[in-house]
Amino acid sequence: MAMSRRQRAQTFRGVQYAILVLVVVLLAVFADWGQIRHAFFNVDAASTQFPEVFSTALVNTIIYTVLGFALGLALGLVLALMKLSSVAPYRWLATIYIEFFRGIPALLVFIALGYGVPLAFNLRFDIYSTAAIALGLVGSAYIAETLRAGIQAVPPGQIEAARSLGMSQTRTMLTVVIPQAFRIILPPLTNELILLTKDSSLIYLLGLVRDEYELAKFGREGLNATGSLTPILLAGLCYLIITVPLGYLSRYLERRTGRKQDEGLKVTA
Amino acid sequence: MSDVIVEVSGLHKSFGRLDVLKGIDLSVARGEVVCIIGPSGSGKSTLLRCVNLLEEPNAGTVVVNGFELTDPDADIDKARRTIGMVFQGFNLFGHLSVLDNLTVAQRKVLKRSAAESEAIARENLRKVGLEEKARSMPVQLSGGQQQRVAIARALSMQPAVMLFDEPTSALDPELVGDVLAVMRQLAEEGMTMLVVTHEMQFAREVADKVLFMDGGVVVEEGPAAKVIGAPEHERTQTFLHRVLNPVHANE
Repeated sequence: MAMSRRQRAQTFRGVQYAILVLVVVLLAVFADWGQIRHAFFNVDAASTQFPEVFSTALVNTIIYTVLGFALGLALGLVLALMKLSSVAPYRWLATIYIEFFRGIPALLVFIALGYGVPLAFNLRFDIYSTAAIALGLVGSAYIAETLRAGIQAVPPGQIEAARSLGMSQTRTMLTVVIPQAFRIILPPLTNELILLTKDSSLIYLLGLVRDEYELAKFGREGLNATGSLTPILLAGLCYLIITVPLGYLSRYLERRTGRKQDEGLKVTA
Repeated sequence: MSDVIVEVSGLHKSFGRLDVLKGIDLSVARGEVVCIIGPSGSGKSTLLRCVNLLEEPNAGTVVVNGFELTDPDADIDKARRTIGMVFQGFNLFGHLSVLDNLTVAQRKVLKRSAAESEAIARENLRKVGLEEKARSMPVQLSGGQQQRVAIARALSMQPAVMLFDEPTSALDPELVGDVLAVMRQLAEEGMTMLVVTHEMQFAREVADKVLFMDGGVVVEEGPAAKVIGAPEHERTQTFLHRVLNPVHANE
């Protein structure tokens, strides 16, 4: 039986809706809604989480992330400049560092810093330093590669113009290249921040006291105390409070830089 | 003070195995306008870029304003302060406003105060007819306006000589005139200029001296009326015929 293009499209769409309706009906009939509500939307369990889920857990997650991102950015900039250096050993060192920390799980870095370093060197950092160093080490590897790409994306004409005005190589880098590189990489950098926000949950491994709880640990303690999944769901929603706006920000910046470049092209064309 | 601002002698430059400049001698006196013409690939842009050492010559010397740039111990950044350069692609700093484009090097390189550098910048913007664009960003300007800002930026360093590398080649035809007018005005004010260009009419009317380059050497040089009006060498004649009568280039 030959169908016209329109008939085929209508049939295809009809089948998709039918499957959707079937799944909803099956869920409504067979799922244990009382149990689900009790597990995920337990008001009593939820009420035990406030206000600390915001005042302690969410705040700590943000603090750990920001500390890690700041260190990652500083270290990442140094690594990016090393990768672009004319001194070969600098390039090798940066490449080894970046490949190493991009290639291993962040979990391993947290275990090494939380347990390995204290045992091996008898060095003990407070939790904020540990978080900053661990997240910074992991983040800097990604940020370095992003920054290097950004620096190389700045047109060579910009450097020639700066040098022809008498700026030194360093001055050119600081005044002309790096500011423009940051504009180019703002969208991917925002994505790095989202990844670091989620990675900050790994700190829960290190044995935190109550004031140091971040969202994942806080949710887990809530689960232990109430036997309900609600605290976990709550912690998840709190991550979304951070990550969803950042995601929108990243897409907004991407559109904005994209449009700017279009305008730039139009002018030179 | 010497009256020769730019003195190039025995200049050689090669990229890999390709010899681009094969022994160039050139001198530009104070207040002189020298235009370099020639087919693409003749090495004229490379010669210009060697004058402020954006390209490093393989042999030969470049002396600008009594300062030998080709000396390995020369402070190249200091020398470049006196050599303004205008590029084919404008190369305005995209993250800075027009005004900041003009003040940034004055402040960071010449260590002028914010007030002084802004006053000098505004004066130069007025000179190129774009004072009202001080707060604009480069992307908001037309190509012709961007190039005039680029000229004002170079002038703000108060250079002893200005280098122009095909300043109108990337412009829409109707915008070329504004840029050439600014350059002509500069020449009339006595600026020493070295201009690589395809604008034969500009060369003829403004240049004190014209160099015709082909294949990495200076084939012919002299007053504009002679080199463009009555060229002696066959290569110069062929080139000018092609440029001036593009529709009948092959006749």
